[in-house]
Amino acid sequence: MTAATTGTGTARGTGVGTGGGRSGKGGSGAKRGRTNWVATIILLIGAVYCVLPVVWIVIASTKTNSELFSTAPFAPSFHGGFFSNLRALFAYDHGIFARWAVNSVIYAVGGATLSTIVCGCAGYALGKYRFHGSVWLFRLIVAAVLLPQIMLAIPQFLLLAKLGLTNNYAAVILPQLVSPFAIYLCKVYAEASVSDQVLEAARVDGASEWRMFASIGSRLMMPALVTVFLLQFIGIWNNFLLPFVMLNRDQLFPLTEGLYGLLIITGGQAAQYTIVIIGVLVSIVPLAAVFLLLQRYWRVDLVSGGVKA
Amino acid sequence: MKARRQRHTLLPQALLLPAVVLFLLFTVAPGGYAIYLSFMKQKAGGGLFGTDNPTTVFAGLENYQAAFGDAEFWHSIGRMLLVAVIGVPATIGLSTLFALCLDAKRTRLVGFSRLAIFLPYAVPGVVATLLWGFMYLPATSPIGGDVVNYFGSHTVFFAVANVAVWGVLGFNMVVIYTSLRGLPRELFQAAELDGASELQIALRVKLPMLAPTLTLVTVFSLIGALQLFNEPTTLKPVTNAISSTWVPLMRVYTDAFVDNDIYRGAAASFLLIVLTVAATVAANTVLRLIARGSER
Repeated sequence: MTAATTGTGTARGTGVGTGGGRSGKGGSGAKRGRTNWVATIILLIGAVYCVLPVVWIVIASTKTNSELFSTAPFAPSFHGGFFSNLRALFAYDHGIFARWAVNSVIYAVGGATLSTIVCGCAGYALGKYRFHGSVWLFRLIVAAVLLPQIMLAIPQFLLLAKLGLTNNYAAVILPQLVSPFAIYLCKVYAEASVSDQVLEAARVDGASEWRMFASIGSRLMMPALVTVFLLQFIGIWNNFLLPFVMLNRDQLFPLTEGLYGLLIITGGQAAQYTIVIIGVLVSIVPLAAVFLLLQRYWRVDLVSGGVKA
Repeated sequence: MKARRQRHTLLPQALLLPAVVLFLLFTVAPGGYAIYLSFMKQKAGGGLFGTDNPTTVFAGLENYQAAFGDAEFWHSIGRMLLVAVIGVPATIGLSTLFALCLDAKRTRLVGFSRLAIFLPYAVPGVVATLLWGFMYLPATSPIGGDVVNYFGSHTVFFAVANVAVWGVLGFNMVVIYTSLRGLPRELFQAAELDGASELQIALRVKLPMLAPTLTLVTVFSLIGALQLFNEPTTLKPVTNAISSTWVPLMRVYTDAFVDNDIYRGAAASFLLIVLTVAATVAANTVLRLIARGSER
């Protein structure tokens, strides 16, 4: 049996996917004893609950509108419904769906990248330096973790509207850059993983403080930075209220907003359901793919490890 | 002689500058502006027919009194709490159960189950709600929407809570599981040698040691529940069971954007922030006391 390795935030830990846990292979000592049926079945029920809606949407997207209401829910159709739905989706309103998808990518990639830089820098500064006001500042950030950012969306809109700064990409990206939790995570991780001895040695060698941050600190903090990037990416991709209040031009909408608008427009007409259904599928697939590809690089354990420290 | 511990450097201040500036601009300033607005009101313009531009005047506590006296505001809080009462224990209970099953010995299909249960976390809340909306709608429901009314006056709370639980279950499970993997294995082996069953180890040894992590995920779930907005807003177009003021954030939105009373919206929004922070601090304190109690 593989030894447990996820002691603190610093230990090499379990990723989201297949990174940790026991494989039962390779003669690691796990006896091929009786299967723990109770635990296995409970987990399988959970897996079915979580996957079934996604499986259904894949099946439903293969159906034409009349088939959607007439055929068995879990029987896929092979009469070309899938491709005609897909064509209808991308043809809708001169291809605005593709525009929404691009917008989502801009918001999420741009926002998460900038946010990771901002929070990583702040976390490193708080974790590795003591200066006038640093303790006070850190306390303020811990307190701000409790403040639900989303509730600020409407005040943020009121202020930006007053200044005439709504209805553009920056209005959606800028308010999401500072995440107190991400700064907290980076601070705790920097403290634990960027060792003072290494920094001291670099100092003796004459490296500048900036150089130490850029080439040592940031590299050692990489696992925390990847995690923050993905948490922020998902957070921004999923955000609904902020773009909802900030934007009223559908050319600027992210996918979530666009699909919601589509539902409002087609809400009364069951004849349009297929277009929303295929839209839901198309907006799940890229994110799920990115996420499965990256799962071994990001570490949810930092979330629990960070708080224990 | 050089400074002993550190050279004089402005690097930390420089690194913190962007975060501090953005924090001031997008958290402190909007908060302050909302508080300012909440004490103001619009006065109809003067002139013979009231056609002059309306002016903004000091309103004192009028907006707060209006918010406090507004039955619908409290109803919206009640509905939010009801969804939280269903959703938060379900999320924590199920994610703990799944984490313990993942960690139990001789469980099969661990990798598959873990990934499958985590998958919904990658689905945006709005998209998840659309997805479940079709699952609930009688016309398209694959789960018996023509037999069960998912949008009944009672069932709608479960329907909304279910969407929220579905979305965050996996994330909580992984956090709890990781924390479980971090516990000292020797303890479980010792308990096993003493003749404890797998179930006893899970309930008597593992569960109490998870207390700090459970505190964390509960507080996070609670904060999540208080921000309930996406799910009811997205379900609203497909059912009459959800009004435009169904939860507090929807109420604030309606005040500010539909009724065009940003002053009242600001007061309600500030009130909500205060209630949320108070609730979070209270929950945190209570759970910490429980955790401390169980460590003894």
